[in-house]
Amino acid sequence: MNARVATEIDIRTEGEFARESYLSEHTVRSWLLTTDHKRIGILYLFTILIFFAIASVAAAMMRIELLHPTGGLMTSETYNKLFTIHGTLMVWFFLIPSIPAVLGNFVLPMMIGARDVAFPKLNLTSWYLFVFGGAFATWSLIRGGVDTGWTFYTPYSTTYANSHVISMAAGVFIAGFSTIITGMNFIVTTHKMRAPGLTWFRLPLFVWSLYATSLIMVLATPVLAMTLGLISLERIWGVGIFDPNLGGDPILFQHMFWFYSHPAVYIMILPGMGVVSELIPCFSRKPIFGYPWVGCASMAIAILGFLVWGHHMFVSSQSVYAGMIFSVLSFLVAVPSGVKVFNWTATLHKGSIHFTTPMLYALGFIGLFVIGGLTGLFLAALSVDVHVHDTYFIIAHFHYIMVGGMVTGFMGGLHYWWPKITGRLYPEIWGKLAALTTFLGFNLTFFPLFILGYLGQPRRYHVYPPEFQIFHVLSTAGASILGVGYVMPLIYFIWSAKHGRAAGPNPWRATGLEWQTSSPPPKHNFKETPVVTGKPYDYSAEKDVDLDLANL
Amino acid sequence: MDQFHLFPPQASTSAQEVDHLYFTLILISLFFITVVFLPILYFCIKYRRGSAADRSNPLNGSNLIEVGWTTLPTLMGLALFGWGAVDYFRIERKPANALQVQVVGKQWMWKVQHAEGKQEINELHIPVDRTIALTLTSQDVIHSFFVPAFRVKQDVVPGKYTSEWFKPTRPGEYHIFCSQYCGTQHAKMIGRVVVMQPEAYARWLQTGEQTESIVRSGERLFYDRGCSGCHSPNSKFHAPLLQGLYRKPVPLADGTMVTADDQYLRDSILQPAKQISAGYDNIMPSFSGHLTEEEIMQLIAYVKSIGREESPDQGKP
Repeated sequence: MNARVATEIDIRTEGEFARESYLSEHTVRSWLLTTDHKRIGILYLFTILIFFAIASVAAAMMRIELLHPTGGLMTSETYNKLFTIHGTLMVWFFLIPSIPAVLGNFVLPMMIGARDVAFPKLNLTSWYLFVFGGAFATWSLIRGGVDTGWTFYTPYSTTYANSHVISMAAGVFIAGFSTIITGMNFIVTTHKMRAPGLTWFRLPLFVWSLYATSLIMVLATPVLAMTLGLISLERIWGVGIFDPNLGGDPILFQHMFWFYSHPAVYIMILPGMGVVSELIPCFSRKPIFGYPWVGCASMAIAILGFLVWGHHMFVSSQSVYAGMIFSVLSFLVAVPSGVKVFNWTATLHKGSIHFTTPMLYALGFIGLFVIGGLTGLFLAALSVDVHVHDTYFIIAHFHYIMVGGMVTGFMGGLHYWWPKITGRLYPEIWGKLAALTTFLGFNLTFFPLFILGYLGQPRRYHVYPPEFQIFHVLSTAGASILGVGYVMPLIYFIWSAKHGRAAGPNPWRATGLEWQTSSPPPKHNFKETPVVTGKPYDYSAEKDVDLDLANL
Repeated sequence: MDQFHLFPPQASTSAQEVDHLYFTLILISLFFITVVFLPILYFCIKYRRGSAADRSNPLNGSNLIEVGWTTLPTLMGLALFGWGAVDYFRIERKPANALQVQVVGKQWMWKVQHAEGKQEINELHIPVDRTIALTLTSQDVIHSFFVPAFRVKQDVVPGKYTSEWFKPTRPGEYHIFCSQYCGTQHAKMIGRVVVMQPEAYARWLQTGEQTESIVRSGERLFYDRGCSGCHSPNSKFHAPLLQGLYRKPVPLADGTMVTADDQYLRDSILQPAKQISAGYDNIMPSFSGHLTEEEIMQLIAYVKSIGREESPDQGKP
């Protein structure tokens, strides 16, 4: 980005950085009452990591139980509670806030040259709501857990389940408001706080993707709140909205739930795509190919994403004709995702490709997302979906999108912005090793599940016919490698925050505005508001730059 | 069954159809993987930092290329949609002249009743090369009746009749799974389909206790539970006659019309006030809680059968 920034960053000493940076205050109060978007991003980071850890342990226990066809390690009740913990915490307390609330909060204002988000106090409120919602969810786990699955299907969740459905629903309900507030904050920030000269088609693509995500957050999440509210009403007073014995319709719940939860899938992938759209140009040293197409693809996904919820219900007894409409729209929603992938690929052409850790994650993202996206076509095809619906094929597909896509994107973004967040470099060699380990571990964990699903293994089974065992064993082996791949960054990030080498303002020689201020940035990001005069991603592959962090 | 397989057995007519589309999708996926991964690999090697490749005049966008790679996947998607939709339509449409089997799901078992009256639990014996039509309902939560070898699956919803059909092509034993999570013992809600040669099936029907047909059971209920007290020509109450009713349009008191299908008959027994026939009073008591799902199915089978007597062309769809 061609930008004129009147800062004196380059001549300041490290001591001066430390004094001025947003991290310079150390009191608990300075963290818990902060309205600084960067600190709130870090508060979110620590909070979601706690939920990620709990939900990962649940997954690990399930994978160990599944090593043997007859299980034996735990009761079916425990297993059912474990997959509910895994699903609810991963979806609402890790994936949805992951990139938007951590990386988005941290870099969005800086990327548009603003001093903070539009409503800093609301931003802090949203974190408190998130913690409050998380506390309810944790409370329901401590009291004995929930066994409905993250989908809360009625009438099981309303009439039959003897577990703590209401407190879990309350937790998700409250966390939903945190999502709505964050989304609203981002929308207003993007509209009103862009630096002079930063027109819509000069915005970094990460901002476009966060904007599209925020629209979904604001428009879809209220429907989830209503749905969970109705579940609680039905459990407490038996109002009969979903209970067929009282004239209600259990299928209505599925329509309401997926009207939120399908767009929510795009909350869980669009930000990852946005991160990749930053990483690919930076590490190919080339402007992104087809900028307006990539940006508009985000908006197309956000809009079409609202019209495909019925593809979760092809065998639910919904009308055959409704199924056909949802099927054709599901094929169409795949097109803008494909367009993004093609543009990323074309960006590499005639680039100068640096295989840094963030770039490895970005390339890994493309590989895994392509497989996740293509297997989505199998599910959009009506007759094939009838067979693979509710089997491990689905499990494999959405983990390729959410873990292969979103978590890989999150890791790529975290490595990319880590020098900005902490002012320090992580050890590059360990970073590359971890990126490779997660890629291999991930594929070994989830690829066998496609085959298992087509063979007919239903999801949410803790015991299964013996002929399926080999695939479960492969998957569990992969999961242990994947676990190592996630623990490694945890260790070297913590180490580097204290002992890593100073990064300087712009270790990647990147063009975004966030790189034109010191690392870690000062409290209000910029000494003077930057003025933007040109297009984003103003890289040139013909000039060789040295980004090899090992040599820095 | 205990060997290594990559694909489930193909044991029904729809299994082949679904597999054809599945293999086509795999080929299309391989095509896209090739057109994306090969260039990525090639560019990563050729344009790695420091390589001597020519980087002059890079292209940063081209609307022609964008339109091209937007249009091609769209057309492919529409073609795949059409293929899947045609097969889906066939899978979802209830065929005529099928062997009728009633299935009730409950936590955590499948209860099956054949037209001849024979009942079984977690097992379904059927003859090969005959079209089998299941009528399914649940007495508690949502279940899903899934036979991987037949590539069919249908949710089993309380308060509702759903249907599922298949035409087995190979004798053998195949898994039945409940594929919709239904509570604690969901993973134990499994069973087997036994596909038999017609003679073996006929012999199997004769084994065990002799049972009365499902229609006969329904007729007995019709008299025992007092239905006949009102729904008969010489009743002193003014109630609709049920002869010839099945699949006929029924005018309702609110001016609308409804077809007297299974769902309508079920609702009329359990929630009689929901749809009042035109010209009749709302005097029928609800039988909700007084009849099991099986008994309701038997009653409906009986009402269907007296429908047929009145108009012999009702066997056709």
